[in-house]
Amino acid sequence: MALRFDREAGQGLRLISPTFIYVLVMLAAPLLMVMTFSFWTQDYLTIDTTLTLNNYREAWGTPLYQVLMWRSLKISVIVTVVTVLLAFPIAYYLSFHVTRRKALWLFLITVPFWTSYLLRVFLWKVILGYNGVFNSALLGLGFIDEPLTFILYNLNAVVITLAHAWAPFAILPIFVALEKIDRSLLEAATDLGDSPTRRFFRVTLPLAMPGIVAATLIVLIPTVGDFITPRLVGGTDGLMISNMIQIQFGKANNAPLGAALAVSSMVVIGLISFGIFVVGKKLGGRVR
Amino acid sequence: MKWLASRWLAVYAVVYMIFLYAPVILLPLFALNTSTIIAFPLSGFTTDWFVGLWYTDTLHTALGNSMLVGLSTALLSTLLGAFAARASARFAFPGKTGIVGLIMLPLVLPEIIIAVALLVMLNQLGMPLSLWTVVGGHVLICTPFAIAILSSAYRGLDRELEEVSFDLGESRWGTFRRVTLPLVLPGVISSLLITFTISLDEFIIAFFLTGTDVTLPVYIWSQLRFPAKLPSVMALGTILLVVSVVLLIVAEALRRRSAARQGIDTTLAGV
Repeated sequence: MALRFDREAGQGLRLISPTFIYVLVMLAAPLLMVMTFSFWTQDYLTIDTTLTLNNYREAWGTPLYQVLMWRSLKISVIVTVVTVLLAFPIAYYLSFHVTRRKALWLFLITVPFWTSYLLRVFLWKVILGYNGVFNSALLGLGFIDEPLTFILYNLNAVVITLAHAWAPFAILPIFVALEKIDRSLLEAATDLGDSPTRRFFRVTLPLAMPGIVAATLIVLIPTVGDFITPRLVGGTDGLMISNMIQIQFGKANNAPLGAALAVSSMVVIGLISFGIFVVGKKLGGRVR
Repeated sequence: MKWLASRWLAVYAVVYMIFLYAPVILLPLFALNTSTIIAFPLSGFTTDWFVGLWYTDTLHTALGNSMLVGLSTALLSTLLGAFAARASARFAFPGKTGIVGLIMLPLVLPEIIIAVALLVMLNQLGMPLSLWTVVGGHVLICTPFAIAILSSAYRGLDRELEEVSFDLGESRWGTFRRVTLPLVLPGVISSLLITFTISLDEFIIAFFLTGTDVTLPVYIWSQLRFPAKLPSVMALGTILLVVSVVLLIVAEALRRRSAARQGIDTTLAGV
């Protein structure tokens, strides 16, 4: 038996090794290198490889970077909460109320996601702009007298655009979690006298929690790294830390500082994600 | 009560779908509109913007580059994905969770981090940026998707079928060709299509890692700065959307066919 296991283990390892080696070379090594890089300094074109914490001092101490970091976290958290809250009823509707053609619904939800990301962001600019679709429609219907200006080039625009961009990523994990719920548990709750609301909070929601946590993390983490949406629809108030990382690697030509900013935001977001994961695990998974 | 809740949810679902489709519907509208200003009211119908694309050489170069990157990415990531999916579906080996976790990591890593990390490494090694460095990055982010699709294909594969084939005297290669491959082929094709589509639309990694050769999204990004170019960009976007949707429908149909062949419930598999 032991021999068989060893042979099987060897076969498995051999089979996965090309992919594993690729990821080691193209992902693990570069990530380690970025970390090392963030402790170096760059003077115009020459790299000084003396280890120093100066980049981190600058990244954490400069008011501009602090503002950008806080704003990125704030925007990402708001985007995540809005996206997940908007997505939950859809996932719930699909799982509990749609009986036929579920697959078609799922497909329709993912189609807009396959439009060019750049163009989707740009089109939100068209929708939300001063002379945009939204304002024209409201003006035409007589709901407002002059165009609304608080919906473009600020945080609201970033939140709307990103909530749209990440919708399918929030809906699918929640839907899968809801589908897995044993329907007889819900019947049992009703038979034992729970009202629909009470049943929802005591049975459905805790059991859907793994899906909600997955959706939260899937939306939160990449949002911090987005620099297109802030740049196109965010205006100056909507710029985020990724825009600064991009600038440091581009125009500002200070890659070590950019690396320190990138590592810092990854560490912060990693800690937050871990926190969400732990809290989610505590809250969910069993009927209470 | 249940009826009322269902009604409200249905209304909400419709409103949400309008929200999801709002930008997608505008795309062809402005692509077929005569005015260069992207705003309402629409001024008239024209197909000039589509015709104009035919004569834009820089676009054709970008399209060619994207095809090269997309096809290479699709082939490589599906191949790497097949190894990993097969290994994790069929074998138990030490360190499996960690290895698979690392391979799936790009799924939750912001693309800018992947792009920046690869850029730093390439610069340190003194390697010039080119379309191949973009492929390198794209394979990284596409492989997890390939694994997700292929895992469900492999999981449904009955191990006994292969054993029976061995017992009946087929060689390892013969078994692969005559038993395994036909059963997982729809999954493989669906993986090729999905990874190609992802690569075709990926901007951030391409933006950081490409040299002088631009891919299609990088080209679009450069065009967004010029207001006069916008209608042609809309026309281009419309074509890309139609192509992606067709590819996705084919991928989905194939995936379902493979699932049905293996008797898996189609609503949940692979989601």
